[in-house]
Amino acid sequence: MRDLPILESHDRPFLRAEDLVITRNGRRLLDVADLALGGTGPTLFLGPNGAGKSLLLRCLHGLIVADRGRVTQDGQPIGAEQRRRQAMVFQTPVLLRRSVAANLDYVLKRRGLARGARRARIAGLLEEGGLSGKDRQAARSLSGGEAQRLAILRALACDPEILFLDEPTSALDPAATQDIETMILRAARRGTRIVMITHDIGQARRLAHDIVLMQGGTVAESGPAHDFFDDPQSQAGRRFLAGGLVL
Amino acid sequence: MQGFAQEFTMAMGLILSGDPELWAIVLLSLRVSLMAVLIAAAIGMPMGAALAVGRFPGRRVAIVLLNALMGLPPVVVGLMVYLMLSRSGPLGVLELLYTPTAMIVAQVVLVTPIIAALTRQTVEMLDAEYAEQLRSLGVSRLASVPTLLWDGRVALLTALLAGFGRAIAEVGAVIMVGGNINHVTRVMTTTIALETSKGNLALALALGTILIGIAIGVTGTVSLLGARNGQQEMRHA
Ligand SMILES: Nc1ncnc2c1ncn2[C@@H]1O[C@H](COP(=O)(O)OP(=O)(O)O)[C@@H](O)[C@H]1O
Ligand SMILES: [Mg+2]
Repeated sequence: MRDLPILESHDRPFLRAEDLVITRNGRRLLDVADLALGGTGPTLFLGPNGAGKSLLLRCLHGLIVADRGRVTQDGQPIGAEQRRRQAMVFQTPVLLRRSVAANLDYVLKRRGLARGARRARIAGLLEEGGLSGKDRQAARSLSGGEAQRLAILRALACDPEILFLDEPTSALDPAATQDIETMILRAARRGTRIVMITHDIGQARRLAHDIVLMQGGTVAESGPAHDFFDDPQSQAGRRFLAGGLVL
Repeated sequence: MQGFAQEFTMAMGLILSGDPELWAIVLLSLRVSLMAVLIAAAIGMPMGAALAVGRFPGRRVAIVLLNALMGLPPVVVGLMVYLMLSRSGPLGVLELLYTPTAMIVAQVVLVTPIIAALTRQTVEMLDAEYAEQLRSLGVSRLASVPTLLWDGRVALLTALLAGFGRAIAEVGAVIMVGGNINHVTRVMTTTIALETSKGNLALALALGTILIGIAIGVTGTVSLLGARNGQQEMRHA
């Protein structure tokens, strides 16, 4: 991914979170002062379990609203209109109890595509995800890797500007993981901004253009991936890369 | 035992010869219960879906109430509908007491809570799984209802069949509001009760056999639906 054209990485953020705070039962689950995501390459969120990565991703996608602070996409607060230009893939794929093709048709229909156009688009997507020939299979009978591929295809079906992924490969074997990474990289090359959580440092090394390291609900460190991996600035970053526990 | 064998042979004769009286009773039963289930579905499904996805004060109470109504004793329903429809009742002017319509009303009261409660359960379970994903896809809460209903279609059909099973097998309510009038409001269950008490076991046995057949048909359909849902399910060794 390093050879991607870099458009002034952090000069023009497409997503920005300011002063985001979520408190529950007296615990500060999220406390992000100012986080700007820019550049065209994938941004990967790292951090131990419970660091607040999923919460932050949900805030960025507008699925939950923080107690305080704001999230903006290109300067606009996240609303239905912004969410239309985003898509999210969850850790466990949520597939409709319908055929593989019908899962894709569902989102295309909502975008008002005509029948013929939908059919052509579905065929193209299935081809891209290596699911051709499985169009009529019940989506919920797919294997874990196939199901996650379908979830990604469905997310990509509407050409989102930003694609959020929450540990999409955490339940998959290496081969299935590689398929998913290939799909993600292809989407990135076509210009989709990838914002993804992983707990796999190897995966972060393979995919990331930028890294955000989270810890205890806060951003411990963020910046270009090669800087982070070569010379982490925070103690949390050094400990995380050393394989030690970040507490 | 001799007597039973004889009665049973006669019962089979009634069924196989297409005895008009017998089949008129069967058809009336089917008509009343199918109509009741259709009406109950039209009321119960939207009600169940609204309870599942809606957020309004009194929702929890309504759900508890609905679950309690599932177990309504048929004779109590019969009594309630009787009081409503009797000459001095609020709906007395309609003169519906002792008509098939009265029986439909009673069965609707019995079946609606079943369909509504099962719909609520199904839709709520699916909603828990789908809500975030649908919101992410830009589907509003209201617009998600058809999706949830469609994806719960097998469970919902099962609910309809359960409602039909309850309606067609029920005797207490329909005998009170239908009156078991020959050629007018005699359905399978009420006829069985009456004819057995009169000692006319052949007709009772014939109707009982058909009723069991319907029950098996309903249960069979339910399990077939469940199997089809898994589509090309693997065969277990
Ligand atoms: N709805 C909630 N209510 C209370 N606590 C929550 C809720 N959702 C998440 N949390 C807590 O917030 C913290 C961060 O969770 P999460 O963002 O899922 O972490 P992760 O970095 O592993 O994705 C965890 O301690 C979790 O228990
Ligand atoms: Mg998480």
